[in-house]
Order: sequence, then C-alpha cells, then structure tokens
Amino acid sequence: MGTRVNLIGLQRNDYKGGDSTLCQGCGHNSISNQIVAVCYDLSINPHDVIKLSGIGCSSKSPAYFLNRSHGFNALHGRMPAIATGSTTANNRLIAIGVSGDGDTGSIGLGQFKHMVRRNVPVVYIVENNGVYGLTKGQFSATADIGQELKYAGMNELPPIDICLEALAADASFVARSFAGDSKQVRELLKAAIRHRGTAVLDIISPCVTFNNHESSTKSYPYGKAHEEPLQDITFIPEQEPIIVDMMEPGQVQAVELHDGSHLVLKKLDPDKHDPTDKMAAFRLIEEAREANQFITGLIYVEEDRPTLAETSHMVDTPLVHLTDEQLRPPREKLDRLLDHLTCCN
Amino acid sequence: MSNVQSSPIDSLLTDHQPIVNDFQIMIATVNGSGSQTANTAILRALFRMGIPVSGKNIFPSNIQGLPTWFTIRLSKDGYTARRMDYQILVAMNRTTAAEDIKELPPQGVCLYPEEWQIQHDRDDITYYPIPVKALVDASDTPSNLTSYVSNMAYVGVLATLLNIDMEQIRFALDFHFDGKAKPVNMNMAIVTAAYEWAQDNLAKTDPYMVEPMDKTQGMLLLDGNSAGALGSVFGGVSFSAWYPITPSTSMIDSLRAYLSDLRTDPETGLATYAVVQAEDEIGAIGMVIGAGWAGARAMTATSGPGLSLMTEFAGLAYYAEVPAVVWDVQRMGPSTGLPTRTAQGDVLTAYFLGHGDTKHPVLFPRDVHEAFEFGWKAFDLAERLQTPIFVLSDLDLGMNLWMSEPFDYPDTPMDRGKVLTAEDLEELDGFARYADVDGDGIGYRTLPGTDHPKAAYLARGTGHNEQARYSERPEDWVKNMERLNRKFDTARSLIPAPDVDEAGAEIGLIAYGTTHACVVEARDRLEAEGIATDYLRLRALPLNGVTRDFIEQHSRIYVVENNTDGQMAQIIRMEFPDLAPRVFSLAYSDGLPLTPRWLTAAVLEQER
Repeated sequence: MGTRVNLIGLQRNDYKGGDSTLCQGCGHNSISNQIVAVCYDLSINPHDVIKLSGIGCSSKSPAYFLNRSHGFNALHGRMPAIATGSTTANNRLIAIGVSGDGDTGSIGLGQFKHMVRRNVPVVYIVENNGVYGLTKGQFSATADIGQELKYAGMNELPPIDICLEALAADASFVARSFAGDSKQVRELLKAAIRHRGTAVLDIISPCVTFNNHESSTKSYPYGKAHEEPLQDITFIPEQEPIIVDMMEPGQVQAVELHDGSHLVLKKLDPDKHDPTDKMAAFRLIEEAREANQFITGLIYVEEDRPTLAETSHMVDTPLVHLTDEQLRPPREKLDRLLDHLTCCN
Repeated sequence: MSNVQSSPIDSLLTDHQPIVNDFQIMIATVNGSGSQTANTAILRALFRMGIPVSGKNIFPSNIQGLPTWFTIRLSKDGYTARRMDYQILVAMNRTTAAEDIKELPPQGVCLYPEEWQIQHDRDDITYYPIPVKALVDASDTPSNLTSYVSNMAYVGVLATLLNIDMEQIRFALDFHFDGKAKPVNMNMAIVTAAYEWAQDNLAKTDPYMVEPMDKTQGMLLLDGNSAGALGSVFGGVSFSAWYPITPSTSMIDSLRAYLSDLRTDPETGLATYAVVQAEDEIGAIGMVIGAGWAGARAMTATSGPGLSLMTEFAGLAYYAEVPAVVWDVQRMGPSTGLPTRTAQGDVLTAYFLGHGDTKHPVLFPRDVHEAFEFGWKAFDLAERLQTPIFVLSDLDLGMNLWMSEPFDYPDTPMDRGKVLTAEDLEELDGFARYADVDGDGIGYRTLPGTDHPKAAYLARGTGHNEQARYSERPEDWVKNMERLNRKFDTARSLIPAPDVDEAGAEIGLIAYGTTHACVVEARDRLEAEGIATDYLRLRALPLNGVTRDFIEQHSRIYVVENNTDGQMAQIIRMEFPDLAPRVFSLAYSDGLPLTPRWLTAAVLEQER
C-alpha cells in the first residue's frame, strides 16, 4: 500500500509548515493543523494559496502551515490591505488570512471593516483569545467585561464582538467557532475557502499562558463546558452529490456555495437560527451576549453579494498575467492623445 | 466713459512704447465662482497664438467664498517661473480689490465690474469698468447659469484691450468643453458681447498688447498630475489605491480617465486594471504593496499628511523588498499646513520614510515632460530594485498648466526585474529569496501562484535570513543590511542622472523639481549682473559621483529649494561631509513657487 495522496496526488506532508514556536497547547496550533487538513482534503494546490497575517501570536502561525504557499507577514492590523491588493492583482489566488483579536479588534478594526465592506475574497480567521500574548498579558478589545488578569487587573470595558462588527459591515460569511472543536473548525474552513467573498471566522483560541483560567470565556475549560453549537456542519465538495435522504425538512438546511459545493447544516435546535437571515444573525449574537452563551457555527452567509473584482468590473484574467503588450498601450494611442493636446491642431 | 469711434488699439497713446508679450495678468476672483473656465480660456488662447505662457492658480482650501488669484504670465523669452508683480488686474473679488489695486505698478491696468462704482483713487493706472451684469442680462443665458458665464465678460474685454485672437478663444472654449457646442456657444456669446462692447466703448490708454508668435507650435499645455498619470499608464500600471488629498487627488482622477480610455478590454468592455479608493493612506499603500508583491505594477498618489501615514508600510516594503510607486504631490507642512499651497518640504521625509535604517530612491520631475517620463520609469526602477520608488511632484507642477514638448513614448521595454518562473526554478532547483547572487544587492523573487514546489517564500518585516526565514542571528541581520546598502549603491547608477550645465563658472547652483523654472531665469539675470553660474539639476536621490564632481569643481555651491530647512542641502552635506563647507543653502518657502527675483537677490547677497 502506497502513501495516501489526495486528488491532485499530494501527500498530507506536502501541506505542512515549519515547527511552531508558539506555546505548547496554544489554540492557534490546532487551527494551523486544521488548515493543513482542509487544504489536503480539498486537494488545493499549495501554490494557489497565499498566507497572510498581521502582527501578534496568531500572525506568526502562517509559518507553521503550507510551506509550499507564498506568504506575507504584514503589519499590525494591516493584513486586510495586503489581502485586497494581492487578490485584486491575482484573482486566482486563494487567500488565507490569520489575525488575532488585537490585530482585528483594535489596531486593524478600520481595515477589517473596509475589507469586509468591499467583500475581498479572503478567508479571514481571527484567532481570538482576548489577550495580548507577545507583550505578555494585556487585555485586548475582545476581553470580557469584569474579567481579571494577573498583571492587567480588572477589565472595565465591554468587548468588541468581531462577528457583530463583520455583520454591521455587510459581511457575506460570518462564523464563530472554538479551537477545541476541530470538526466544526474544519467544516467551516472548507466552506470559507469555497466562499467567494470575505469569510470571517472568529475562532475562540485559548491562550494557555495568559488567559486559560476558568473565569475567562476564552479558555479551554470554559469553551469545553459552555460551547453551544448552532448546527452540526458538514461540507460537501462540488464533486459529490448531496444525498437527498439527509434532508429532513425543518432540521437540515443546505447552503449552496458559488462553486456548486454545499454546506449542510443540521440544526441542533430547530427554532434556533437561519443563517441566511441577517436580522436573525444580529439578534442571535446580541441575545447570546446577554445570556453569556458561547454560540458557535455558521451565523450568516450571503453567497450572492458581489466581490470587489465584480464591483470593479474587472476582466477575469488575473492582472499579473497580462502581457507587456496589454499593459503598455501602443505608440499610436499616445500619438493620438498628444495630437489632441498639441498646438495648434 | 466716453464713447470713441476708432478702435481702442488705434487710440493707443503714442507716448508709451507698447509692451508686447511680456507682462502678467492677475485675475482675482471668489473661489467657486467658475472663473477657471474663463482663465484657462485666456491662457489657452494666448498659447494658441504662439506666445509662451504659464498659468498659476493660487487658491484657498475652501469650496466656495474665499479669494482666489489666477496669474497668467506672458513671456516672449519663454520664461515660465512665477513672477511676483502683475501689470493687469482683473478685479472680480470685492473683498480683495483695494489690496490688489494697491499692488499695481504705475501704468498698470485694472478691470472691474462697473456695478461696484469704485473710486479711481490712483491716477497712475488705467481703470476699465466692465458692465458685467448688463452684458449677461442682455444675453439669453438661462438664469441658473448666469453666474457661471459672467466671468466671460472679462475675457471679451481683455480680448479687445490686448488684441487676443477671438477665434483662438473659441478654440480654447471648444477644447475646454470637449467640443460640446451648447456650453461653447453660451460662453462665447458673452465673450463676443463683451468684446464688441469694449470695441465700441473703451479708449485704450495702457501700453500692454499681445502679438502672435511662433514659440508654441507643436507644444502642449497640461498639468503635472495629468502628465504623471498618463506616464504611469504607459508604464503599465494595473493597480492603484489611494485616498483623496489635495493636491494629489486630480492625479488619480486623471489616471482613472486615461485607464478607462486605454485599458478597457475591447471585447468584454471590462477593466484590465483596478483603482481602489481606500479607507485611508495606510490602506492605500498596503494595497499597493500587496499588489506589487503579487506581481502587478501598482501605485498610489498622496501628499504630505498621507505620506506620514504610509511610514510604517514604506519601511516594510523596503525591508521585505516589494516594488511600489508612490507619488507625493507636495503641499505646505508641517501638519495640515496650507493644503492648497506648494512646497518642496517632503524631501527628507520621503528619502528616509520608515523606522530603523530605511532609505528610498526619490525622483524629482521638473515639469510635465519629466512627470510623464518618471511616470513610466518609476515602475521599471521599482521592479528592478524591488523597493518603493517615491516621485516628488508638488502642487505647482501637479495642478497648474505648463507648456511642454510632446511626450516621448517609452524608449525601453518594460523592465520587470529579477523574477524567477517555474521553469527557472526547475533548472536552478530552488532559490534563496534574499541571496545576492549577482553582487548588485538585488535578490531574485518569485510571484505567488508560481506552479513549483520550491517557489514559495514568506515575505516579512521581521528579521530574516537569505531563505526569508525568521532569524534573530546577529550575523544574518548584518549581512542583510549590508546587502540592502549594496542594493542602494546599485540604485545610484540606475536612477535618472543629474542634468548638468557647466562652463567653468566659479559658483554652482543645485536645484531639483519645479524650482528649475526659477533657476533658469535667475541664471540669465545673474549673468546680466556679471555673475556666471554653472547648474546641476538633481533628478533623483540617492546622490552619485556626478553631483560630487560638480561640487568639487566649484568654490561655492548654492542649493536652491522651496522649503524652510534646506532639506536637500542637508542631504548633500551629510553624504559628502568633506565638501560640506562649500555647500550653502538658499531655501525659502512661503506657499508660492520661488521667483527669479528672489533667487537673483539671494545669490547677489551672498556673492557681493
């Protein structure tokens, strides 16, 4: 028996990255592993992927997956700009962005919302732990009110909710997950990669060093005890038909993505949530916040919202594939323009 | 005002020698009153008559209501620098009229709306009241448009007084309105009515006249922002991101217009480019760097405050070695400064933009011709050197109309720099992104999407080794910075070389960018005063041996620039410390372009 390969003949090893330098048990490492698994499962060519990040613990992680993909470790909070420029220059690239709660919720909140508003095609993962790790334990803007940290004391301010900010900016894909729930992270990642606009994945990813105590809603113990998945999620690639028998009316919802793949959502509570209803999504987040619930799953999806390339009325050919002849207009065009400007024709 | 039977020109007083094609008209208006159409019509008509002209709009940071001055300089000798004095005042702004009239020299001329009924306080100038309201009322202009066309009254009166060719005014309006008959006719009707009224009613008692020449045949009249944008299009730009800021905004407006014309796919009607209006300048430069990293020719245009916001990204692009083109159309700083006034105040900032040991090639276009040239060359340099290239224009160049020889189509193919393809990688069996293979400090890069297992690398602002892997090793850091310095030395020979005009004079002038117009005229004046000067015009930073040689060959060097701190002089002294004692700074900045009168006096003061 040979080594297992995927549809394009690559082994799982072909998707791995360098050794992680993050803390042992860090939630971010588990997310990196899921990215490797998902890209292998979907038979994505690593050279079609770009890995983008800002600054912080989370933003180091692109070095720990997909060594055969180009990457850009950018500035604190400014990965959205790099994602916008690179995906607009080459629309064939699959952009996987990894950010953190400091990166997205504080310094980069403006860029984040404008990227979402433009519907830039990028999988935008926020590895959210409510704390600044690299600078050793300050509160981030997503920290819970009333939370206590060893050195920072008590947090008096309400948290910024990444999913709510994304929804308010007209996001076309919003999901929340928990790094400890590998299966859900995996299925959401698959759908996010196949989604054609910005897919925001707010993944609670505990910081084992600075913020992993019971009182933090961004800790393993809390997440494991309180996670309330909205749906049982299964991603079905475009090659595979959906088995109609699975469809139980009222219980199962299939969301068709642009490439013909499906996200099959089995509702765990039939009254709970319709992820194509934006008002319901707003309500869901606010109510969960009031009730201190840790809701995970697909919160909102709108597959038809045009992407930046579409609103820019661009050709399908990647701009970086245009030939020099296509890039530089011919001499006659300049002559014609100059003729119009010149005295005294 | 007495009616006269003969033509005003015939009645020109014989005791004054006529002053032909060598004076300045100043038109004082209220911002937002639509005077730009009238002013550019006069400018373009004179240009079409073959007379060298330059126009400068001195305007406020305001949408409507504050004073605006537009100067039109006619110079039979072809000088285009700003002239401080004006001989003909078109006073259309009541608020500033008294001050504006006071500045007129003896024999000066003042045109003003008759309705003002102002006192003719000065007996050494000629007042010509214009019945603006009556002329507009007599026309069949729709009432909602009267304020737009009323400025045409002074166009017609000036045409009579100065003898401007009416046919050329019509051509100018036709150009302005892009051949649309309705606005052309409506405006021309007022011009004609005013022209005829003046023919019948004004007795000319001033000496100023225009006569056709042949000095502009084959030349064009354009603003620097448009020229730079057009040059960028012929440089193959395919991505631009920007945030509106005066005075750079019209560059991207022009860029969009030219791209829409020249880079729309004929079959699909879709754009082969993208222009993204960013949320701020940080986003704009970030997008440009993202696109440049992915392999597109990408640019942004901004001004001082925007440049400040781009600082961190400029450092990242320098260190991660990503091509980008940044146009800085300079305005007055520090801080918000004077957003609608010109300066060369960002030289030091642009040169060193970033933290740590950061430095960048900077280009200084002197006029619209060079704005076009640097428009396309900047991309070749950016991709060859894999680094951001800054092009420092200014408001004077960017937003004013300048005469120019026609632009030259790029004479070299696009230089895409050192990019490895999948085939190259197969042959080489991989690559090290930041290795100095050729000894010029420039590594080889691959573009995302390259179909080869060894194509990838992680671009980063963190410390890295030749393989682009994170490294905190001191020797890796030092080696990388030494290579970057080697690359900067390579840049010294790749950037546009200085333009040198020397004939063995004892003193030398060094200038750059738009101050060139001032230097040209001041040198003639100094020559007339018996002071010969040699001249080196810097076209770019970093400096190289040409500049060093020039300084060595002169006892005294005056560095002329439109800022307060003498920024280029500081750079020259820093780079050539042994020559510093002979480098003197002549720097001045008051919001307006430097004048030959100031520069001549400044040099004379030093030399006498």
